[in-house]
Amino acid sequence: MRMSRMIVTGAAAGALAVVAGCGSTSGGGSTGAAPTSAAPTSAAATSSAASLSGTVTVLAAASLTGTFTDLGKQFEAAHPGVTVRFSFGASSALAQQINAGAPADVFASASTKNMTQVASHTSNPTTFVKNEAEIAVPPSNPKKITDVADLARSGVKVALCQAQVPCGVVAQAVFTKTRTTVKPVTLGADVKSVLTTVELNEADAGVVYKTDVQAAGSKVKGIAIPENENASTAYPIATVTGSKNAAAAAAFVAYVLSPAGRTVLTEAGFAQP
Amino acid sequence: MTRGNARRTRPDGHRGAPWPLAVPAAVAVAFLVLPLVGLLVRAPWRQLPTLLGQTAVRQALVLSLETATLATAVSILVGVPLAWVLARVRLRGRSAVQALVTLPLVLPPVVGGVALLLAFGRNGVVGRYLDSWFGITLPFTTAGVVVAETFVAMPFLIVTVEGALLAVDRRYEDAAATLGAGRWLTFRRVTLPMIAPSVAAGAVLCWARALGEFGATITFAGNFPGTTQTMPLAVYLALETDPAAAIALSLLLLAVCVTILIALRQRWVPGVRGPAPAP
Repeated sequence: MRMSRMIVTGAAAGALAVVAGCGSTSGGGSTGAAPTSAAPTSAAATSSAASLSGTVTVLAAASLTGTFTDLGKQFEAAHPGVTVRFSFGASSALAQQINAGAPADVFASASTKNMTQVASHTSNPTTFVKNEAEIAVPPSNPKKITDVADLARSGVKVALCQAQVPCGVVAQAVFTKTRTTVKPVTLGADVKSVLTTVELNEADAGVVYKTDVQAAGSKVKGIAIPENENASTAYPIATVTGSKNAAAAAAFVAYVLSPAGRTVLTEAGFAQP
Repeated sequence: MTRGNARRTRPDGHRGAPWPLAVPAAVAVAFLVLPLVGLLVRAPWRQLPTLLGQTAVRQALVLSLETATLATAVSILVGVPLAWVLARVRLRGRSAVQALVTLPLVLPPVVGGVALLLAFGRNGVVGRYLDSWFGITLPFTTAGVVVAETFVAMPFLIVTVEGALLAVDRRYEDAAATLGAGRWLTFRRVTLPMIAPSVAAGAVLCWARALGEFGATITFAGNFPGTTQTMPLAVYLALETDPAAAIALSLLLLAVCVTILIALRQRWVPGVRGPAPAP
């Protein structure tokens, strides 16, 4: 499952560092390879972006699956020597993996709480987006769900994220605000598993993020939660200390925070912090 | 049985193993045992009573024991007859059936869970009618957990019992038949007592497999404390937030498995009881 998706950073990442000034990457034909000599990564850290190389392993919240995959491709196109690898999962699970010493370079969490849990392993967490909750129902909306209160009706099968996962926290905040008591039938390990349960029509409704509903397209229908009832979670991103490829990791974080990165995220439905 | 007897039954008279066998064997033992040692070394022994005293833990343990036992009962009820059919009846396409029913042995459990969802889910090929005709939906229910566990664990029982049926001396059954016993009576009074130890061994394997089931359960039955969150699910999900609790839960599950296996091995599993006395 999620563990198996974990990708071990290539041991050769450091050795592959390309010497600075190896060629402009502005043209389409640049190979960006063929290092003339093995340079330590520390040398790359002080040089221009064009010299980045190796692999960046990014652990990111499940709700970032679509946007970060796109951002990774764009980043790779901008830095031909760099490969970005992702492991998506529940922020709480990813935080535990980092604390257990998983080889990661960047961590993007769906809540500040999970970022705090890895405070001793990360540097400079920066909030880059916010995400709000939305109700997802199967396209046919079999139980005619129109608002949060409908989720508390008997006979409505609701899927939520587990309480320790950020999307579970957000859902609970919405229920607290609306004074609703929802009895879910299942607690997903992360937001995507809740979405899948709704997509398969096994649950009548699920509370996920706005961005998940948008990304799912016609597979689910979104029921918007009014602003005064809704809750949101902040997404911080940070580089992992002890990263084998700190320069490229920092560059990836900078890319996510850049106007280009913001465009991708905003288009997917994320709000600016 | 005397000691001398036991020594004579050893297949090999050599004192030690040659090193090309001994070294890999030692590596294999270390590999299999070290994770368990790790669990014991890192266990939060002091917090253990608090961690295991939680209602959620007891809930998960009781649910696991109940569902594994039910899954084993269902497996015996339909698995033993199937094993008999496979071993005794000349069926067209028997080997195909054999391969299909043992498929869950090699199938990744998550794949099994997806398959179950497509068959017995609310939109599944069978589940759709269960829902519209009887109002039964299996996902997110304890019954769903039993279904998932049975799917994954029953082949262990079938394979064990079928093997025993093929190894049993058919002359007893033939003798019963010549004395006028029908096939059902023969099965009940002759065959079943002969294969009882294997049925028990298969049931233990089946139970243990059901107890440890994770992939098919979380995929098909979901995860909710008290109804579908079995011990393996609780362990996995605890690992994401509270590793100490996960280790404590793992220890508990390990203790349950070891206890049951030791208790049953002494009594049931053939081979431990020694060979039948020579005529």
